[in-house]
Amino acid sequence: MKRPLRIRVLLSGAPWSIFPAGGWSRLTDAFIFAAGIALLYGMVRVAQSWLGPFTPQVEISLSPTALPRYAAYSLGRITVAYGFSLVFTLMYGHIAAYNPKAERFMIPVLDVLQSIPVLSFLPGLMLAMVALFPHRQLGIELGAILLIFTGQVWNMAFSFYSSLKSIPREMRDTARIYRFSWWQNFTQVELPFATIGLVWNSMMSVAGGWFFLMACEMFVLGSRDFRLPGLGSYLQTAASAGDTPAILWGVGAMIIVIVLLDQLVWRPVIAWAEKFKVEQVQDRQAPRSWVLEILRRSVGLDRLRQQTVAPLGEWVALCLARKPAIQAPRPQRPEWKKWVVRGVGTAVIAAVLYAVAGAVLMMAGLDGSEIRQLLRAAGATFLRVNLALLLGAAWTVPAGVAIGLSPRLARVAQPVAQIAASVPATALFPVVLLAVVGAGGGLGVASILLLLLGTQWYILFNVIAGAIAIPTDLREAATIFRLTRRERWRNLLLPGIFPYLITGLVTASGGAWNASIVAEYFRFKGQTISTVGLGATISRATDIGNFHLLLAATCVMAAIVAVINRTGLAPALCFSRDQIQA
Amino acid sequence: MSQPIIEARGLAKFFQQPEGGRIEVIAPTNLAIHPGTIVALLGPSGSGKSTLLRMLSGLARPSAGEVFWHGRPLDGYVPNVAIVFQSFALFPWLTVLENVEAPLRAAAIGAVERRKRALKMLDTVGLDGFETAYPKELSGGMKQRVGIARALVIEPEVLFMDEPFSSLDVLTAENLRGELLDLWLSNKIPTRTMFLVTHNIEEAVLLADRIIVLGRNPGRIRADFPIRLAQPRDRKSSDFVAVIDHTYKILTQPEVQDVQPSQAAGFGTPAPRLKFQMLPHARPGSIAGLLELLADRAGSDDLYHLADDLAMEVDDLLPIVEAAALLGFAKLAEGDTEITAEGRGFAEADILNRKVLFREAALKNVSILRQIDSVLRTKSDHTIQDELFRDILDKHFSEDEAQRQFETALHWGRYSEIFDYDSDSGRLFLPESTAEVGTPSPLSPEL
Repeated sequence: MKRPLRIRVLLSGAPWSIFPAGGWSRLTDAFIFAAGIALLYGMVRVAQSWLGPFTPQVEISLSPTALPRYAAYSLGRITVAYGFSLVFTLMYGHIAAYNPKAERFMIPVLDVLQSIPVLSFLPGLMLAMVALFPHRQLGIELGAILLIFTGQVWNMAFSFYSSLKSIPREMRDTARIYRFSWWQNFTQVELPFATIGLVWNSMMSVAGGWFFLMACEMFVLGSRDFRLPGLGSYLQTAASAGDTPAILWGVGAMIIVIVLLDQLVWRPVIAWAEKFKVEQVQDRQAPRSWVLEILRRSVGLDRLRQQTVAPLGEWVALCLARKPAIQAPRPQRPEWKKWVVRGVGTAVIAAVLYAVAGAVLMMAGLDGSEIRQLLRAAGATFLRVNLALLLGAAWTVPAGVAIGLSPRLARVAQPVAQIAASVPATALFPVVLLAVVGAGGGLGVASILLLLLGTQWYILFNVIAGAIAIPTDLREAATIFRLTRRERWRNLLLPGIFPYLITGLVTASGGAWNASIVAEYFRFKGQTISTVGLGATISRATDIGNFHLLLAATCVMAAIVAVINRTGLAPALCFSRDQIQA
Repeated sequence: MSQPIIEARGLAKFFQQPEGGRIEVIAPTNLAIHPGTIVALLGPSGSGKSTLLRMLSGLARPSAGEVFWHGRPLDGYVPNVAIVFQSFALFPWLTVLENVEAPLRAAAIGAVERRKRALKMLDTVGLDGFETAYPKELSGGMKQRVGIARALVIEPEVLFMDEPFSSLDVLTAENLRGELLDLWLSNKIPTRTMFLVTHNIEEAVLLADRIIVLGRNPGRIRADFPIRLAQPRDRKSSDFVAVIDHTYKILTQPEVQDVQPSQAAGFGTPAPRLKFQMLPHARPGSIAGLLELLADRAGSDDLYHLADDLAMEVDDLLPIVEAAALLGFAKLAEGDTEITAEGRGFAEADILNRKVLFREAALKNVSILRQIDSVLRTKSDHTIQDELFRDILDKHFSEDEAQRQFETALHWGRYSEIFDYDSDSGRLFLPESTAEVGTPSPLSPEL
């Protein structure tokens, strides 16, 4: 019976039907299997290197053949940090969403943590980790991972928290009336509801993670030179050596990694997350991914799912589901537990107060000249950041509006911009610096370029979103009334994108302040180049071990970013709400 | 009579105000629900129908009183209930089959048995063939079928339904009602009682063996009566129409809600809070439309007819009628609406005169607008922050209701040019024309 069927398939003419149906599927299965093995091998190698003996100054090879290995090391760090972030996110968001007492301080804390310049912690964190694992590479690796973690976790936690808070009441009622176990509630209600927000925030977070990783793979602390083998250290070494082919190889590898991540991880995940959209009607243009299609068609994976994963999930769900039909009333929490909670709470508060007091005492040691220096540095960075924003807005506003208003242009420009945006600016720092210094500029000019490099994308994407959101009827009205180009911009386009532009600028400004730590102070070709600025102050204080200055500068920066976030974003959001209502 | 399944004693819901007052959502209520009946809970929006349902099913905690299931307090007893929601509340990421299986999974029923029962239930509600579809691929009627299957699959003793047909189109709703009734009448489902929340009178009379009518502010039982018509019921039969008429009359009888003179409240005794005048949420344009229609129809009409002709639910029509009555433009009696002389004058006036007439009526009958007017006139700059009035409303209404009250007052006041409002600054002020042209009010200081 099989034979005629196969012939018909052959005649039907689809390009791959020359492969018998079963054979094709077996081929993809084999490929998926091979990919799995490769992944496993990579993990083992990365783990081996982590558990290897401590070698603070790894020799970075500039040979292109070393690049796959370096890329794998960098990827491993990102992946582990992301795993930590995800676990932390789920726990933090859950507690904040369901415990009103905890919520009252957990959410403001999240806000504060978000504005802290992560890179300030790099030295302290590294020293602590190396001290913790003095004989293994693990210490310095963990330091890098923790740093990435602190850079990427907050927005994910906030996204998960706000998703949980916005689960529709009737959906919650359904789970309650049928008495879902916490596990079923988590897997069938909460997690699915939060997935889309989590996916988008994960993408942002991982992009931010690359930024920090590139910066911290190679850094100098006093006389000690820490190096982690990875793409970031490769690029820095290449730039230091002025080795143009190596730089090109490194940037190329970076782009390939970014594109592969996009195609193999994010696209499939986004396409898969489509089913978690809470909408009543089907979207006509759902995102698709060829990788996801292959995975979905794979017979082997399907068999794996049906024979292993599904029964396992079933077993877990049934174990955790209620067994008896009648539940005892919830027992009162025993007295001692309350005391434990209170005790821990008091201890935490005491520790925080102690730390704050210590910090204040430390900063009290600042003398007048240091305070003046701090203020001047803050002023310089302020000017530099805003100049970078201005430059960024100058090209992104027209470009973003053009892309947003023209679907044809968007189809071409959007993916390109996305790839460009995900190349971490810190990876390019040494390259840019090399070019600027080669052209006769100093770090003063270069640092503005560096800040621009990292932050322009926030503005661009927000402007594009704003332009897309301008209602078509208003655009048509503008055409009918024959508004001149100037009038069009004044009356339609600028007001339309304004709230988005502000959001983009505020986000970009936070990123730029943070980036100034690596952009204003640079170790290049064995010497230190620096300019006046708050970021440079932080980096220098780190280098010479002036901890009270480091602390003070970090606090100043955190305060500035927090104030900008508060004052800049609030009116913009109000404005946008009014506009929508009008 | 048989033992009741659910019994509520002194059941009440209120919100404690920060200043010590409380806002009652549901006044203390006694209620018993017996097996073998379909109970319909009927009432205008804001009467706390859903709140009552949530308390009876154990989803919400009462502020006072207790719910008993089979004589046992709900606190320690887990009732065998299911709920069908107006919004379906399906999980969009689960297939139809998985949605129906979800409650069984929660009940720790194994995969094979679960699938068998879910498939059977899908078959019963007419959804075989759609097992692997996702909810967003289904029409509203089919989604609600999934909702019903998901509720019935656990064989609930009591099936609660919160406006289950309200978001469906007329024909689909009619069809689904009929099928549900068939299931119930043919004893194909083990459910012993159905408890239906609705604002659709006809739906209640079609399905229910007993109708409970709720009034609002605070929610309380205004009437509770059995329907003894045989199933299936014929909409055209005179008995059916009589029951509908009777229900309409109860629902549209004006509730006493005028401001009581302040001397009525005795000092010292913790007398019940004075009732504040509650504005029905109707726009001036709708009131004008209703009055024009009435004027066209020799001055009076049956509410049932009006609602029917306008293809409106009584829930939507009632606030408009009440608003007209509050302004003295119409009278409500025994389910009939009659236009008054003032109302006729209003209906026949042109746009500008309408504003004048509305203004007179509003200042005469609506206390909050009178308050605003006099405050604005006595202040030398003729302007005031809206907070003052929001605070007054907040003392008497729940947060949402206070907001809606303020919005309605705003619509009326702006329409009749009693005041103007700047939403950016949140300030109320006398319109300029009032100062220049002058007004009927002798209080105007410009005159």
